[in-house]
Amino acid sequence: MGRKLLLDKANIEGIRYYDVYRREGGYRSVEKALKSMTPDQVTDEVKKSGLRGRGGAGFPTGMKWSFLAKPEGVPRYLVVNADESEPGTFKDRYLMEFIPHLLIEGMITSSYALGSNRSYIYIRGEYAWIVDILEQAIAEAKNNGWLGKNILGTGFDLEIYVQRGAGAYICGEETALLESLEGKRGNPRIKPPFPAVKGLWDCPTVVNNVETITAVVPIVNEGGEEYAKIGVGKSTGTKLISACGNINKPGVYEIDMTISVEEFIYSDEYCGGIANGRKLKACIPGGSSVPILPANLLLKTAKGETRYMNYESLADGGFATGSMMGSGGFIVMDDSQCVVRHTYTLARFYRHESCGQCSPCREGTGWMEKILWNLETGKGKMSDIDLLWDIQRKIEGNTICPLGDAAAWPVAAAIRHFRDEFEWHVTNPDDAQRRNYGLAHYADPIKVATPA
Amino acid sequence: MSLSFSDEKLKEVQRIVDRYPQGKQKSALIPVLHLAQEEFGGWLSTETMDYVASVLNLKPIEVYEVATFYSMFNLKPVGKYMFEVCQTGPCMLNGSDDIVKYIHEKLGIKPGETTSDGMFTLKTVECLGACGYAPMMQQGKYYKEHLTKEKIDAIIAECRSTAAAKN
Repeated sequence: MGRKLLLDKANIEGIRYYDVYRREGGYRSVEKALKSMTPDQVTDEVKKSGLRGRGGAGFPTGMKWSFLAKPEGVPRYLVVNADESEPGTFKDRYLMEFIPHLLIEGMITSSYALGSNRSYIYIRGEYAWIVDILEQAIAEAKNNGWLGKNILGTGFDLEIYVQRGAGAYICGEETALLESLEGKRGNPRIKPPFPAVKGLWDCPTVVNNVETITAVVPIVNEGGEEYAKIGVGKSTGTKLISACGNINKPGVYEIDMTISVEEFIYSDEYCGGIANGRKLKACIPGGSSVPILPANLLLKTAKGETRYMNYESLADGGFATGSMMGSGGFIVMDDSQCVVRHTYTLARFYRHESCGQCSPCREGTGWMEKILWNLETGKGKMSDIDLLWDIQRKIEGNTICPLGDAAAWPVAAAIRHFRDEFEWHVTNPDDAQRRNYGLAHYADPIKVATPA
Repeated sequence: MSLSFSDEKLKEVQRIVDRYPQGKQKSALIPVLHLAQEEFGGWLSTETMDYVASVLNLKPIEVYEVATFYSMFNLKPVGKYMFEVCQTGPCMLNGSDDIVKYIHEKLGIKPGETTSDGMFTLKTVECLGACGYAPMMQQGKYYKEHLTKEKIDAIIAECRSTAAAKN
């Protein structure tokens, strides 16, 4: 049983409400930080912890905090990114729905470190009922003296507000989120300047994912060094994984990043194996944007070593034979699933969510969707596969924000690892309407090249 | 202009505006558009958007450009009950195509259409963040998860009886 830092009390009855949360030791990190630490000391603990952004990019949080500009007389802001929209990802929802005070506590401690007196939670518009849960938690925290003026008599003031979005994946990109919070279309900004210098209303701003901010609570309580002892290498602490697709036990799991992918999929503590007695065909381990891997490359790296559930191991082999930890959205496909169709739904998703600012993304995502639809419905040509490859290459790296890359990578990886399945759709269009390509050789043992 | 928020709703608008520093009331636009959509028939007509512009002291174009960007704002009339079925990858793996097909069979509407009695609208949407509980849809404020044909039947029946009770 792995160590749990965020979800250890998730099953306690009534933990959603202040009294129970406080009784179980909640808000200790606020007392400790405000009464016995300077803001810089809190930032130092986060640096020591090795915590990396849990939204997908994995950037070191303490470093992000240390970039925050602090000009005299200019307000600074903390904005929590709760626009969770990456297909396969539903972990932040779990935190906010069941342990909302953990986020509020993390926000108070983090706001103190950053010097923010007005912090926002930007939540995706569809999570409408969670807005009520968060607002109730904020009201409870305020009634008990954790928010407002002169918190705990320390002179620190803070208000937290919830801002609801209205349906736009792109608003999970931090500068698009800030535009949206300013009441505009969610068009990402050109960087630099980075939000740390010019963010919300042109003021220095830190934007962090929900899970990242909740992790600040155990970091402050136990110390950054203790937190860094959990996990392995640069994958410190615990990570929430939201597992879905064709598995027996979909859901949100907190892992310390030392377990293998195989254990995560097959052990009863986690996914409980592939559903309906079927076989594992493929998996997208970190949210829809990261490369899909066939079963053999998922469980073992190209070198034939066990693959683990952490940032380094999932990325082992680069994009040629590896993938990414991303947001922890773990999508599992069994041998009855069609990679072409699945890739088509993702291409459609990115076309729908492209903000339209950059031509390569606006035009390219639509083009990829159409070609994939043709291939899926038996109207594709062999040359379409190379055309798809060409289009994704021309999107990647040529856009203002990473949505372009996010749209290109799933298509690239699907062709890279499943090209024969794409070709089969072209050569057997009628078959492709009736049945799926199946497991094929995707789970065969990897041939490890022996050095000469 | 004929349409207007009640005094109570205007107070709510003020509470929203107060979340931001002085002079930043434009930030209230998306929350107030949600409020307007709820109040004025489930969609945003030009008249509604112009009204929101006047309430927040914005130019109408500032409201239009936002309303047309976000997928939750309906720019045409919709039915009393909207079924927004997720169809992205993880839901597709768990049979969301069959759910859309079944709703079509039951109600005779395709995605984007509304039943002739104005009761139901079917809409296909992209990932709603409920991938572990697929297939699923949003209906009003809440999510309906682990959908089956039986569940769809029950949801439709419940909508009908709620509507009948209101009449």
